[in-house]
Amino acid sequence: MDSALIPKGVKRCPLPKFAIGISAVGAVLLWGVFAMLLCWFKGLNQTNMNDYYGFALWIWADLAVIALGGGAFFTGFLKYVVGKDELKNIINYAVLIGFVCYSSALLILAIDIGQPLRGWFIFWHANVHSMLTEVAFCLSCYFGVLTIEYLPLIFENRQVDKVPFFHNLSHNMHEIMAVFAATGAFLSFFHQGSLGGVAGVLFGRPFAERSGLFIWPWTFFLFTWSAAACGPCFTLLITKMTEAITKKKLVKDNVVDLLAKIAGWMLFTYMVAKIADTVYWAMVTTPENGFAIGEFYSNWFYNYWWLAAELGTGAVAAIILVTRAGRHNKFSFVIALISAVICVCLNRWVMVLQVMAVPVMSFDTWALYYPSWQEVATTILPVAYGIILISISYRYLPIFPQEHELNSVE
Amino acid sequence: MKEEGKHGKANKFGMVIDLDKCTGCGSCMVACMSENNVSFKEDESDKRLSITWMKVYRITNGKKFPDAEECFLPRPCMHCEGEHSGHSPCVSVCPATATDYSTQTGIVSQIYTRCFGCRYCMAACPYHARHFNWWDPVWPEGMEKFLSPNVSPRMRGVVEKCSFCFHRYQLAKDKAYMDGRREIREEEYQTACTQACPAGAITFGDLNNKNHKVYKLVKPDNKHHGKPRNPHAFRLLERLKTNPKVYYLSSRDWVRAAGDNYTVEEKRKGITSGSGSGH
Amino acid sequence: MFPIISFEWVWDMSHIVFMGGLWYALSVIGMGMTWCIIKAVVDTCQGNAAGHHH
Repeated sequence: MDSALIPKGVKRCPLPKFAIGISAVGAVLLWGVFAMLLCWFKGLNQTNMNDYYGFALWIWADLAVIALGGGAFFTGFLKYVVGKDELKNIINYAVLIGFVCYSSALLILAIDIGQPLRGWFIFWHANVHSMLTEVAFCLSCYFGVLTIEYLPLIFENRQVDKVPFFHNLSHNMHEIMAVFAATGAFLSFFHQGSLGGVAGVLFGRPFAERSGLFIWPWTFFLFTWSAAACGPCFTLLITKMTEAITKKKLVKDNVVDLLAKIAGWMLFTYMVAKIADTVYWAMVTTPENGFAIGEFYSNWFYNYWWLAAELGTGAVAAIILVTRAGRHNKFSFVIALISAVICVCLNRWVMVLQVMAVPVMSFDTWALYYPSWQEVATTILPVAYGIILISISYRYLPIFPQEHELNSVE
Repeated sequence: MKEEGKHGKANKFGMVIDLDKCTGCGSCMVACMSENNVSFKEDESDKRLSITWMKVYRITNGKKFPDAEECFLPRPCMHCEGEHSGHSPCVSVCPATATDYSTQTGIVSQIYTRCFGCRYCMAACPYHARHFNWWDPVWPEGMEKFLSPNVSPRMRGVVEKCSFCFHRYQLAKDKAYMDGRREIREEEYQTACTQACPAGAITFGDLNNKNHKVYKLVKPDNKHHGKPRNPHAFRLLERLKTNPKVYYLSSRDWVRAAGDNYTVEEKRKGITSGSGSGH
Repeated sequence: MFPIISFEWVWDMSHIVFMGGLWYALSVIGMGMTWCIIKAVVDTCQGNAAGHHH
């Protein structure tokens, strides 16, 4: 029925089957949209946030999707700036996943702020000393870059490509894509870092506070580093999931192996830096503020298991990904990708939610919180949206340049 | 304000709360809510959702009878100066410049109509002095007629906090201007909580003015970020270098020690004096 | 955000570096897209079909 829109030489499932799948995910999306509207019209009293938990589930989700979307900027950086040309076979998907992640992040922020109609104040009345200002500027600009990177893919749809203007525009955009990719890498370095800085500069919160270099706390560099390491792992994980769902090979092994190897070394070096940071924070920064790190992990919920899980998953993923045998074994490879994703998500969790939980005044108490259904629904909303956008893009756009070659239709 | 800076000396308004005198009656909280048009809900049982610009904490020495002791600790906004002027935990992080540090008064302001409710300042404040308007501000029918005309009520979705009754400062300045004076007198600008405290535990004034009671009580060392020279005076979380302008007085060691955090090693060595000697 | 127009603007290092970086990035993106669109319009009007990429 929609065969005229499907790229030449590839096979897609029948439209009714596709429509049923999209409808099922669409129902979840609508549930999220309903919760979002509740938050916008009734206010943030729809959440379980409180004055101790000003930052909660959403901010974690925001930081997590931005880290996971880091695959787009880092793969783009590797392809267009470093010159790893093989990565052209996965860059489209990295861009699409990045686009989903960043649009989700912006949507979450729009729901999270108490006065959404005043959101533009962050640009207009910018306080250049705030890490959040840097996040807002670079995030919005980089989302623009991602849109520019995603647009040529839409123009390459069989029908759209027939329009001479779109064909020419797409060609021109491809020609100077390196300029956009380099600008994207520049912006990403700063906003990924600033998100780390958001926690690191909180000198009133000893659990988050870090020393650093000039105006940047160490978390600034660690966040960029971990996003560059774990973002590509997420791109690869979604690629593997897409291959499993479509029962097709979409990207050649040498491409996957190259990106996994680079991500592995990034993760390995990140873990060394993260452990060094943790030790310095535990031995120097924290005692200077009058705390022992044991106090930060003394709650029944927030205990040393969080730290062990974060460092453990990161170490496992790094070790598997830097070894050839680890990458070539299907099972261990997927375990490594999942571990890397969990590692970065745990890191963002503790840097947002545990920061809020730890008591600072000696007579204060631990603050725990559980999200309301509205918060859960609005957090799942981007996942549903992502599945739908990826499914539609995969069906109608030439996302995987090697698909035709790897799955020639008789 | 700029005019004043050129011709007059900058003020540094601060507060001293004598914990030996505080009975925990809560008059300061009530006066504050009434003075500043703080809204409230039918159900205030979840204190983490209650807006309390001034909040009285009850702290204990953790010992059992007959050694058990308790102390009430009123906590307004600390109006932190930070390590360099205006680098308060909250002011430095606000992305929209909706909260600011005045070098002329030492007061941390909050611009409600500019705040867009990101709550980063709340995450930054270790004293939990900042509150978010989770609901629309509503008052029981008829009560809105008794709101103070000098203080704007806050809308849903923005952060608010103690302003050291800044509107009273403005009124005092207006009066002084009409009288042909540049400076305001100590008694002309006093916060609502100060005046409401029946025990006289709260003192308010200019920490830069040696004739003011607050100065005489704590003898701030302005060369060292206002650290108190009175051995019985301390500030909350002195070690975090927030440099608050709210000082506490107590003759009891355990109360002063409760003002900050100390490692086991420090406690063993007895470095738990409340006068910021933890450094 | 804007020099002169915004009353928060101060001519100090922080503003110049931060906003300078922002406006630089925006200029690159804006000029890049402008070039792409103008060239596409010109090519389309002249009837030149660009070759296929990749």
